[in-house]
Amino acid sequence: MSYADWLIQLAQTALVLGTAPLLSGVTRKIRARLLRRQGASVLQPYRDLLKLIRKEAVVAENASWLFRAAPYLIFATTWVAAALVPTFASGLPLGAVADIIVIVALLATARFLLALAGLDVGTSFGGLGSSREMLFASLAEPAMLMAVFTLSLFAGSTQLSSISAYMLGPGAGVNISLALALVALIIVSIGENARIPVDNPATHLELTMVHEAMILEYSGRHLAVMEAAAAVKLLLYLSLIACVFTPWGTAVAGAGALAYAAGLLAWAMKLALLAFLLVLFETAIAKMRVFRVPEFLGIALMLGLLGTILLFVSKVSR
Amino acid sequence: MSQLAASGVGLLLALSVLGIFAARRALGTRLVYAACAAVCAALAGVALLGLLAPGAGLESVEIPVGLPLGRTFLGLDPLSAAFAVIVNLAAAIVSGYAIGYGAHAREPQRVVPFYPAFIAGMNLVLLAQDAFSFLVGWELMSLASWALVLSEHRSPENRHAALVYLIMASGGALTLLLAFGLLAGPHGGYSFEAIRRVSSAGVGPIVLLLALLGAGSKAGLVPLHAWLPLAHPAAPSHVSALMSAVMTKVAVYGFVRLVFDLAGPPAWWWSVPVLLIAAVTALLGVLYALMEHDLKRLLAYHTVENIGIIFIGLGLALAFEASGLRAAAALAFAAAIFHVFNHSLFKSLLFMGSGAVLNATGERDMEHLGGLIRRMPVTAVAFLAGCIAISALPPFNGFVSEWLTFQAILLSPQLPQWVARLLVPAVGATLACSAALAAACFVKAFGMSFLGRPRTKAASAAAETDRFSQIAMLSLALLCLLAGILPGFVLDSLGAVTQLAVGERLAPQSAQAWMRIVPIDIHRSAYSGLFVFVMILLAAATTALVVRRVASHTLRRSPAWDCGFPDASPVTQYTAGSFAQPIRRVFGSVVFRAREEVAMPKPGDTAVARLRVELRDTVWDALYAPIIRLVAATAERLNRMQFLTIRNYLTLVFAALVALLIIVGTWR
Repeated sequence: MSYADWLIQLAQTALVLGTAPLLSGVTRKIRARLLRRQGASVLQPYRDLLKLIRKEAVVAENASWLFRAAPYLIFATTWVAAALVPTFASGLPLGAVADIIVIVALLATARFLLALAGLDVGTSFGGLGSSREMLFASLAEPAMLMAVFTLSLFAGSTQLSSISAYMLGPGAGVNISLALALVALIIVSIGENARIPVDNPATHLELTMVHEAMILEYSGRHLAVMEAAAAVKLLLYLSLIACVFTPWGTAVAGAGALAYAAGLLAWAMKLALLAFLLVLFETAIAKMRVFRVPEFLGIALMLGLLGTILLFVSKVSR
Repeated sequence: MSQLAASGVGLLLALSVLGIFAARRALGTRLVYAACAAVCAALAGVALLGLLAPGAGLESVEIPVGLPLGRTFLGLDPLSAAFAVIVNLAAAIVSGYAIGYGAHAREPQRVVPFYPAFIAGMNLVLLAQDAFSFLVGWELMSLASWALVLSEHRSPENRHAALVYLIMASGGALTLLLAFGLLAGPHGGYSFEAIRRVSSAGVGPIVLLLALLGAGSKAGLVPLHAWLPLAHPAAPSHVSALMSAVMTKVAVYGFVRLVFDLAGPPAWWWSVPVLLIAAVTALLGVLYALMEHDLKRLLAYHTVENIGIIFIGLGLALAFEASGLRAAAALAFAAAIFHVFNHSLFKSLLFMGSGAVLNATGERDMEHLGGLIRRMPVTAVAFLAGCIAISALPPFNGFVSEWLTFQAILLSPQLPQWVARLLVPAVGATLACSAALAAACFVKAFGMSFLGRPRTKAASAAAETDRFSQIAMLSLALLCLLAGILPGFVLDSLGAVTQLAVGERLAPQSAQAWMRIVPIDIHRSAYSGLFVFVMILLAAATTALVVRRVASHTLRRSPAWDCGFPDASPVTQYTAGSFAQPIRRVFGSVVFRAREEVAMPKPGDTAVARLRVELRDTVWDALYAPIIRLVAATAERLNRMQFLTIRNYLTLVFAALVALLIIVGTWR
């Protein structure tokens, strides 16, 4: 690992943080345009964060230390997980200490703390959000792991850089298991990022609240950190799909500055495309009832499992 | 080494006798627990030395008592030593906790004498190098723990639990007896050395079945888990911790000893029943736990899940070993034993936490708790660490063993048999599912007990537990974190064990950069808990600092917002039942045949709305209830024989004699 590699890793770590609000700004803008609205500027999330951070924080009287520490811990775990996903360059130093299973588990840690934060004040809405979130997670997390298993079996490695490199290589082709894993991963991304049809972050109606219900008691700087964590999480999932399924253009560690610039451009375009597709899907579909969601996520789990079993039975895997 | 360990067992037995007299005074009770802690710590140290310096004094001690056929051998081979470290480390800390906690016992004379005997029994099982002392230790462990379950004998629930436990324990011991009988062969060499020399071809599958029944019933494999959620919570909390966190591990040791060491080379299909049962155990265990509102019973059910995870690792190791994939077998086996270690740490921690809560509030039911994080801050921190660890979340230790098990699963396409290749991904999905459900379960356990608003007076008046208990819990929490961020040391010390069990060891890990673990190949997978931990800390610190510089510093306390409709009554909070309701609805309708009925009064009617939930224990209904009915019906019939005349009895005696003679006659 050279000095430059670490510098690139640091740049990526900062990049995911810096661009995450932009990504959510872009998705909101696209959504607004699709709904024939003008929409706010794509920079609006930055302004929102700044505004929130400058406001005083109102904390419930009986909130414990956990309530105040949770935003930072949730944000930190999500950020670390996002820093492990290659964005514009792969083959990074962090890949050798934490693999894709760790990414899934770090997100689970963030969710665990978030659900606890929702329960801390002892309101009915917080409990409702936590309870539903853990139900969805109980299906979404194994579904994601199964999709991850499919990818790892193909590449013979659980490291994202190796998987990405394998997908670029001659061994990968159009394959039914890969397609199943992609669909599973997309469904999980929709579920985990509180998007329609699973959840609707734009409303505060009881029937549509999962994520919003858990952070209902937060305000000021705490809310800002929570919102930033959610934005980073969306970026993480889209980057992950882009890195694994569309690895073209990603620079390899040690390539020149030109390759890095090209990788950056490719990454931005991939994310923009994925964001567009996500929003298109969102505007075309209605919100599901809560108890339809487990079926939706169950499909992802079954697809992921099917993809893995197909790989296990055929001897393609290494 | 072996002499030292054997004398440790002797000391514990002596303490047990001493306990009869010491229990009369509070000081005596404390001294006995302190002595237990010291002896266990010494035993753990001796075992660790034996594990790390193999060959140094692993010869067995011969004790001139035993069966007429053979003598008693005690000794520490790597397998015994590894389990002895795990058992005695947890037992030492639990005993330290008991110095404070045990003083609250209502009838210490029912606890103190049996407690050292219980630990001695477990150590005897581990030290035994022959079938006789193994079974003596096993029975000592069962009986002492049975007596401890009965220590609060006035509640009929506990008496029922003790009865079920006694029946299951004696059944289990019987199957183990048969297993050893088969292994010893016709010449009856009962020392393990002799058993290894005898070719055990042919009896292997039966030994596997008997080990699954005997050790599995002690460990809590479904469907033999029924006694465990009854008996573990019935005992005082420090004993619950030992039973759930440590005794189940002795059962795992029994299984490993029988199947991996004594039963000879495995066939590939042995893994199929083990994996199937393990997967069902993992999933059912956590679902049961989710439905449970009693904190200690929840933890006991969760032990069932963790035993499932351990046996998944063991099953994979069997499959790999039988197919000659030794590196993969070493990985799967090391993952299983790592999880044994982890579970002994966090399950003791959680049971101690529940004991502290029980002591402070008198409540085990989560529906009556809440808000304890403010009243019991130290217990809350330790309990939270245990919850994160058991939910397999990084950077704590539970995640490491789960990660290793996943890595083993990802190696299994190499298996030549298509049955195994179909089964293993399904097992992997079950493992993933149970991990996610475990997180839900412990959000519920911690959230309902420690967060929110106090639901009862007892919860709002709770006071922090004593110093001994706090130190014990915090040290276990620290160990959970250390094992999570420095897993390489644990894996390295398991090298000799995997060598013994599957004939291969993992490459040395502790020299790796970043303290990472690399099970197979650096290009395949690596994990550094230390690095992840440091990264999270750095990221959190950076964020907090930046926010501190940029953000407004004002913080105002106000009533909860709750969408504008805050309700002052703590009854309006989510309860454990309502938290689990979505999961009950999705998973429980099949597994528990869950039924919900809502009795809603008509609009305008001021009557109370009622929700009635009915859950059935399907395993109990399908397996145990028929047996109980059969026994009861037979006993009812046989009861008539108590009231016969003398002539009838004489006729019966004569008939029995004739029948026996006929049987003996036709036998030849």
